Amino acid sequence: MNIVTLTILAPLLGTLVLAAVPQANSRLVKIITLATSLFTAAISIAMALKYQPAKGGFQFVESHSWFKAFSINYAIGIDGLALVLILLTTLLVPIVVVGGWNESENGRWSVKTFYMLILVLETSLIAVFAATDVFLFYVIFEAMLIPVYFLIGGFGRGERAAAALKFLIYSLFGGLLMLAAVIGIFVVSLRQGAGTFDVTALSHLKISHQTQNWLFLGFFIAFAIKAPLFPFHTWLPGAAKSATPGTSILVLGVLDKVGTYGMIRFCLLLFPDATRTFAPYIIALSLISIIYGAILAIGQKDLNSLIAFTSISHFGFIVLGIFSLTSQGISGATLYMVNHGVSTAALFLAGGWMIARRQSTQVDDFGGVQRITPVMAWCFFIAGLSALALPGLSTFVSEFLVLIGTFTRYPVAGTIATLGIILAALYILYLVQRALQGPVKEGNEDMHDLTLREKIAIAPVIAALIFFGFYPKPMLNDINPMTTNLMSHISIADPTPLAGK
Amino acid sequence: MLTTPVLDYNLLAPILIILGGALVGVLVEAFAGKSDRVRIQLPVALISIVIAFAWIVKIHNLYSATAAVGSVSIDGAGIVIQGTVLALTFVALLFIAQDDHFVSQASALPGSEEEAIAISTGSQMTEVYPLVLFALSGMMLFPIAHDLITLFVGLEVLSLPLYIITGLARRRRILSQEAALKYFLLGAYSSAFFIFGAAFLYGFSGSLSLTAIHEATLAPGGSHIFLLLGVIFLTVGLLFKVGAVPFHAWTPDVYQGAPTAITGFMAACTKVAAFGALIRIYYVGFSALQSDWKPILTTISMITMVGGSIAAIAQRDVKRTLAYSSITHAGFLLVGVVALNRAGLSALMFYLVAYGFATLGAFGVVSLVQDSTGEVGDIRRWAGLARKSPWIATAFVLFLLSFGGIPLTAGFIAKFSIFTAAYASGNIAIVIVGVISSVIALFFYLRVVLTLFFQEPTSDVVTVAAPPLMVKVGLSIACVITVVLGIYPDAIFNFVQSLSNLLL
Repeated sequence: MNIVTLTILAPLLGTLVLAAVPQANSRLVKIITLATSLFTAAISIAMALKYQPAKGGFQFVESHSWFKAFSINYAIGIDGLALVLILLTTLLVPIVVVGGWNESENGRWSVKTFYMLILVLETSLIAVFAATDVFLFYVIFEAMLIPVYFLIGGFGRGERAAAALKFLIYSLFGGLLMLAAVIGIFVVSLRQGAGTFDVTALSHLKISHQTQNWLFLGFFIAFAIKAPLFPFHTWLPGAAKSATPGTSILVLGVLDKVGTYGMIRFCLLLFPDATRTFAPYIIALSLISIIYGAILAIGQKDLNSLIAFTSISHFGFIVLGIFSLTSQGISGATLYMVNHGVSTAALFLAGGWMIARRQSTQVDDFGGVQRITPVMAWCFFIAGLSALALPGLSTFVSEFLVLIGTFTRYPVAGTIATLGIILAALYILYLVQRALQGPVKEGNEDMHDLTLREKIAIAPVIAALIFFGFYPKPMLNDINPMTTNLMSHISIADPTPLAGK
Repeated sequence: MLTTPVLDYNLLAPILIILGGALVGVLVEAFAGKSDRVRIQLPVALISIVIAFAWIVKIHNLYSATAAVGSVSIDGAGIVIQGTVLALTFVALLFIAQDDHFVSQASALPGSEEEAIAISTGSQMTEVYPLVLFALSGMMLFPIAHDLITLFVGLEVLSLPLYIITGLARRRRILSQEAALKYFLLGAYSSAFFIFGAAFLYGFSGSLSLTAIHEATLAPGGSHIFLLLGVIFLTVGLLFKVGAVPFHAWTPDVYQGAPTAITGFMAACTKVAAFGALIRIYYVGFSALQSDWKPILTTISMITMVGGSIAAIAQRDVKRTLAYSSITHAGFLLVGVVALNRAGLSALMFYLVAYGFATLGAFGVVSLVQDSTGEVGDIRRWAGLARKSPWIATAFVLFLLSFGGIPLTAGFIAKFSIFTAAYASGNIAIVIVGVISSVIALFFYLRVVLTLFFQEPTSDVVTVAAPPLMVKVGLSIACVITVVLGIYPDAIFNFVQSLSNLLL
């Protein structure tokens, strides 16, 4: 059996096993979920080892006819971009399970439901990155909203139902615009001979500039909502505020990457002319995202929405890198997606534990946490440093690549974006000062430090942040051929360096 | 000298079988004892449907334009529509089999002593079964009718029994009878439009046959104004039946007042039959006039999609919400009509199958949610129902997601294929409007999901009645079809596509 299909099916199998477990036995449910996610992670690592970076193009391809009338196939395959994002998914899920061992207890439904939803979500995330058929991608893109909707609405806190609904309506709105564009590109292919949804075949179509513009917008708005880019971001803080930490990690860390992934995979690849037309405007939007997200993050009183706003700023960087249309920019953005996933995971894990202990999400309720629970505070501190892209941590490498890439084509935009770094230092250090340092605030005295389980959960995350900070080469080896292929396919060359100027 | 008309009984057999079943039902009603009627009627109706369906399968590639002296044409599209109506009615009957939803004696006044006696002695009238079969025979004739008189006969045969059964609800009788009267009056009004249009077309072409009308439109000369008037009046009459804006006003009232199982039957089967007829009239009769009617139908389709979904948001009553949702779907279905290509035809027919089963299922669920006085229509009182009966709530949500066109449900494939056909025909504007109204429509579907799953149950005594076996079977069929057509549409779609042809 194809190893990608196997990775997709493994969590689904786990779901079926879970369905047979009695609801009351929540311990068994968690153990099965953990075993499934570890098994999936192992398969995906095996896949990564078998993957040949130098070869380029899609590997492990598999295709079966699914819906013949419209030449729709179950077609999967992975390239460097898909590979790193699938790895991010499969490696984060076990961490989410271990780190949030008890977070599913207070939901509206049983623990079993929670983990079934998590595993279904994992399957769809892997499948969405592996899909090479646009229709298949679209179907999963939409269908995976349903488990997230129930995860937020059923297991979150506060205004969870409203937040879940807002998330869903926003995403479905974008999705339907994309549907119109998906239909559009299919009809274009129909008129040029054979109707197809295969992404490689579609990338060879000759599409008029005007048509490209419309189809590009259909795809782009859907992805900008998901990413989320200013001004389509308003669903995110609410969702992050209401979701459990585990759900937040999967939504902000992985699910939102489908947006930026889609920009590279579909917007750039299929509509190169439209990409060039819209790039300056999108760069403007991403700059607004960077600055706006950072400024709002500084003022947030709620820890979760603070993290959400920092993410809006970071997504601005990712989109900036993609639409700088330089190879450093695109490679950097791809690396950024992975690093942001890891960094977000660290923030939500440590932040989630702090919130669970203090029973409050307000930043001002913390204070002096450093003295009482040093390990937890240090973990949060390192996570925070990764969010401000401190040199030596992996996020620095990607942010630096994005900035270089932007500078070579858009020096002004690059300069403005660097402001984001300064603001990032401000929101993180101000947060650290309020929450971790200073005198011990009332109500914090009885906090206990991380348990062994929690240490096990966060250790690999922090290790990854540091390791890839010093040695990003393995990831870049996978990513760079993809970028080169993409750039040559859409015939965009890097700007020549202006030597001696 | 008159020659006897030659009838091809083999091809007409499905309709005749259903009529036969209906007549048997009438005899049962007349001669069988009180306690036996219920037990006999349902099997009679179901068996005649099964036989008719088997017959359809047998003749599915025998085409003929002369089966009844040119007044009906048996072709691929006709067969698919007839088969769909039969299958849908089969499931609808499983829901109708909840006898306590119908009056025990239609002649007894609500709350009268006569009625109390009828209930206490268990004298349940079962005229609803033969009436449904009569309506069904009309629904089978309507989509294959090839001349305007036969069309009119089909229209009346399907409508008259529906007017009656709309007024048969046991609870909320006044509302039900009011609905029946409204339906009847407006139905008669629209029939008048239809016949008026037919007269104009006869005046124009000198014939009532769709083929002759088509040929007359190709020939130069003739009075174009009669033709246009005829097309417009006929269109009004038909759009009334499918409930398109601005001819939709009866729909919410009638859907709300009719016994819920009957509402499901009407919403699903009438729409299928009416669209079957619409396809034939526009694809065959008026195909040469596209530049005249396409802009009209495109506009109507757009305002139906948008209007139906906006109006639905303001509703509090589940049945009214579903009524507006069915109006929205009429708009989506019209998208397939104006596409006017073969892809549009097959997409439309697939859409009818997907929509029909989800509609039956949704109304089936509504009929189960009750308090002590009967069904509970107010959606706010459905709060937290998922906790009381998770499976029923999940099924309901599945149908709503299919209405909303969420992937992996039949509704998504249907919407996708119908939009693709419209896009391919060059009508991009209608696709954009369709997409936008889909979003609006999703809003109220999701609100129901929210109410069912995320709100705390009220102290109210709203319960989900333990579904009888028949209802369980019906709901399961609807669920399975909605999911299977969503995940693996290939087989059915190819079948429908291979039968997407109309005889000129």
